[in-house]
Amino acid sequence: MSVATATPQATSGKTTYLNHDKSIRSWLLTLDHKRIGLLYLSTIVVVFLAAGILALLVRIELLAPGRTIVDAQTYNQFFSLHGILMVFLVIVPSVPAILGNFIMPLHIGAIDVAFPRLNLASYYIFMVGGVLVVIAMVVGQIDTGWTFYTPYSSRLGAPVIFMTLAVFIAGFSSILTGMNFIVTIHKMRAPGLTWNRLPLFVWSIYATSIVQVLATPVIGITMLLLLLEKTLGIGIFDPAMGGDPILFQHFFWFYSHPAVYIMILPAFGIISELMGVFSRQEVMGYKFVALSSVAIAFLGFLVWGHHMFVSGQSTVSSVVFSLITYLIGIPTGVKVINWVGTMYKGSVSLKTPMLYALSFLFLFTIGGLTGVMLGVLGVDVHLHDTYFVVAHFHYVMMGGTIVALIGGLYYWWPKITGKLYNETLGRIGCLLVFVGFNTTFFTQFVLGSQGMPRRYYDYAEKYADLHALSTYGSWILAVGLFVALYTFIQSLMRGAPAPANPWGGASLEWTHTTSPPSPHNFEEQPIVTHGPYDYHHFYAGDGQSVEAELASRSEA
Amino acid sequence: MSTAKAAHPKLQHHFVSMEQQFDASKFGMWLFLVTEILLFSGMFVAYTVYRVWHPEVFEALSTALDWRLGGVNTLVLLASSFTVALSIHHIQNDNQRAMVINILLTILFAGVFMFIKYLEYSGKFSHGVFPGEAYAPFGDHYGHYADVPYAPQFFSIYFVMTGIHGVHVLIGMGVFAWIAIKGSQGLFSSEYYTPVELTGLYWHLVDIIWIFLFPLLYLI
Amino acid sequence: MGDKGTFWLPESASTVSGDVDSLFYLVTWISVVIFVLVVAAMVYFMMRYRRHHAGQVGAPAHESKWFEMSTVVVSTILVLIVFTWGFRVYLKLNIAPPGAYEIQVTASQWKWDYTYPDGTVYAGDLHVPADKPVRLVMNSIDVLHSFFVPQFRVKQDVLPNRYSSVWFEATRADTFDVYCTEYCGNQHSGMLGQVIAHPQEEFEEWLASAGGGGLSPEEYGERLFGQNNCNTCHSIDGTRLVGPTMQGLFGSQRQLVSGESVEADENYLLSSIVAPAAQVVEGYPPAMPPSYGSLPQDQLDALVAYIKSVQ
Repeated sequence: MSVATATPQATSGKTTYLNHDKSIRSWLLTLDHKRIGLLYLSTIVVVFLAAGILALLVRIELLAPGRTIVDAQTYNQFFSLHGILMVFLVIVPSVPAILGNFIMPLHIGAIDVAFPRLNLASYYIFMVGGVLVVIAMVVGQIDTGWTFYTPYSSRLGAPVIFMTLAVFIAGFSSILTGMNFIVTIHKMRAPGLTWNRLPLFVWSIYATSIVQVLATPVIGITMLLLLLEKTLGIGIFDPAMGGDPILFQHFFWFYSHPAVYIMILPAFGIISELMGVFSRQEVMGYKFVALSSVAIAFLGFLVWGHHMFVSGQSTVSSVVFSLITYLIGIPTGVKVINWVGTMYKGSVSLKTPMLYALSFLFLFTIGGLTGVMLGVLGVDVHLHDTYFVVAHFHYVMMGGTIVALIGGLYYWWPKITGKLYNETLGRIGCLLVFVGFNTTFFTQFVLGSQGMPRRYYDYAEKYADLHALSTYGSWILAVGLFVALYTFIQSLMRGAPAPANPWGGASLEWTHTTSPPSPHNFEEQPIVTHGPYDYHHFYAGDGQSVEAELASRSEA
Repeated sequence: MSTAKAAHPKLQHHFVSMEQQFDASKFGMWLFLVTEILLFSGMFVAYTVYRVWHPEVFEALSTALDWRLGGVNTLVLLASSFTVALSIHHIQNDNQRAMVINILLTILFAGVFMFIKYLEYSGKFSHGVFPGEAYAPFGDHYGHYADVPYAPQFFSIYFVMTGIHGVHVLIGMGVFAWIAIKGSQGLFSSEYYTPVELTGLYWHLVDIIWIFLFPLLYLI
Repeated sequence: MGDKGTFWLPESASTVSGDVDSLFYLVTWISVVIFVLVVAAMVYFMMRYRRHHAGQVGAPAHESKWFEMSTVVVSTILVLIVFTWGFRVYLKLNIAPPGAYEIQVTASQWKWDYTYPDGTVYAGDLHVPADKPVRLVMNSIDVLHSFFVPQFRVKQDVLPNRYSSVWFEATRADTFDVYCTEYCGNQHSGMLGQVIAHPQEEFEEWLASAGGGGLSPEEYGERLFGQNNCNTCHSIDGTRLVGPTMQGLFGSQRQLVSGESVEADENYLLSSIVAPAAQVVEGYPPAMPPSYGSLPQDQLDALVAYIKSVQ
């Protein structure tokens, strides 16, 4: 069955993907999925910091009513850029492009993704999108919000052209990555790795890739039409030329709602891994969790209209969209129960990644429940376009995806870098993020239900206390994120070398590769004989210490 | 899995066998075609929406397009799809010469298609029928559309849809040219003809999209 | 003001807001119960099954199909109840009672204009009769806007190419907030107003005098200056806002970006309101929307008279 493709000296862990060739060129032109993952990581961290600083500026401006630090025009640009950068250049690509690239091939026992060159091309296409965003920022003022609603956006000049082009091009990167991953998961699995033995992270990446492939072309054509509208004036969306702005909203949300699942499904995968490993327990309802990701991916295409209950679409469509929205809510809710249930009779270890996973459960439950509230037709009319919505999607996107991403980075950090990080610092960072996040955004639920509209530069005196509290929270959150960043940097500089399997994981990246992995991942083709969370199989010798077990494993 | 370690030079290191590599590439191409269909479906939706809102305008304006030119183009593209299929058939039988000839024929048909498209476009431009704001028709056959409401939308949709389709034809011609050159150098064989097969799939899709565009724009 | 509202919701002042609130609280409390259960289970498991030594593995746990099924069934039932209720409230919000008092609303950057059945055009605040259903038929002359009155729990986007409508019935005579909730540009957060609900007779008296009868042109202009939100961009005390101040404007020499210099006479003032992009003063962005050109002539005259008087 298996074919030996081993490089002989690798058992000592001396030749790794990080040090086998150290030239800049070898990094920039690498075809190695692990290095490409790191290229994405470094780029996305930079964009995340920039967009995060914008968010802090927005919050500082909102510290008190009236002008605090900038004028309305600048404020409008700040929140627009924050949204565009975070959505299109951070959250959409983040988990699939960073951890999907790095971990997924390891998870399935492959040497690389199916199309390594395409993978590198995706990265550079993504970079072109990023450069266009920078150009758009330099040539002028983008104050459309991240949704580019027409006809407001069709009235602005060149910057919108660059920005829509940027989203169009970054979309291609997303499509190509999705295609690459689907083919990889279908065709490159190690012998014995049946669909029922796939780690849930791979399932979630698979579901995400389906959405990327099916939804992204639509935003592509939407942005292209918007672009032609700007340059030629084709009059599809702008009522001044006979077009229809509601049509734009349909097109936009037909992508952007599934895009929400592009953003959250991979996070589900990370959480499944973390709950399993740090509870040393089979993930409860494996099949349900795996297949519901795929089901959510498809259902996600049918609910875009719930963003438009008060936009002027027909009442019938609103009713249908509301009902389907609930259909998605149910499997998502059962997933949360499964994750919590995974700890039942487990062996729970509260390491930093697990703390992030538990934070995720706390925050995502709030985000999900408020999402259901927003899906209730009569209630949404009041809450739509208020801070309630802002708080809801930050709970899902930041409290969900970003928190899961940080948890995943801590979890796989020893594998990625070969270094251990400082556990105390990691936990302090997590605590600060948790407290800061809730202070910042829970207040916004109250602001929103009290009627505070979103995207407001100035606001009435009665909202001032809650706004100030929210701003203070954002400072705690920022400190927490910087502690996390510091933990990673400190680990890079001074971290102790990591063993191959520091957590006692049972999936291939822990059991069959060194930390960090060799350039070709595996010393020999792994053959899979058990499920990814089969810790009982893994620790078959009861009473044997885990260290001894690990040692015997990593020598094998 | 096959242990054919006397590997074909085109076998990449991360694949186990040529079969796996071919399967993966073909699967990837199918996915790409799905994204292409969705890209066009966005435009078909825009077309449908405007047609439902203003059926009389679209019905009247479809006569502004010459169905004879469109019909000839349909036949030309169908012929080119046929020659592509032949070229794949020949390379599977290691007949490299016949493959290259059929690829060249395909490029020729694509060229005819683009030439007719050029005639149609220039005929419209010379009467002021432009996409978007520049729309200002005059002269016989087009002049009386000047004040028809939503006529600019019809022509915009026409130009955008056929324009993006035309770009796809041009890209296909470029790839076929590359295949013809490489094929005449003997790169392909029944062992390895992935690029021919994949470009063929792509070409069939381009053809199918035209088969939808033609009746929707020219006939009804 | 009557009741001050609760922690979550502002005061409730329309015939539909009570229904919306009950639904809101129902969903909120269901959510709170679910949330508390999830977090309690999480914390309990976290403590109860804490790992005590490094090699410890979880004990085999039986998955209860019955438990999973029951969560699905219970949540489906809850969801259907909430959906049905939400649907009924939504219908009530959407269908105006027959015979509602109709007011035309024109939204523009960045003000609300209200046209009453008798033809009176009034900008800024919306005066309505209390205890009577009022239906607003809304349209925008530029970009998207959205009409939102938190105390009434009603909201509706306002579109440039079609009419949309919203209805409400204020349950008492009072003053309520109007917000624009669809981002519409620079002064989006300044696109505010109020709903002023009067008892029926008072409303009729107000309507009779709404056209500015009995006021001097300067007084009428001053009122319009506030109603049309001119004051969000133009100060009257010399402060620099988005646009130039009105103080001492009349009669001064204006340096234009075109390089010309003109005297700010009456014609200059009028053309700057009607066609703001034509003569842009140096040092200021051409940010003023052209929508003020649609004001009726008598209102324009009053505005010019008022601006002349600001010294």
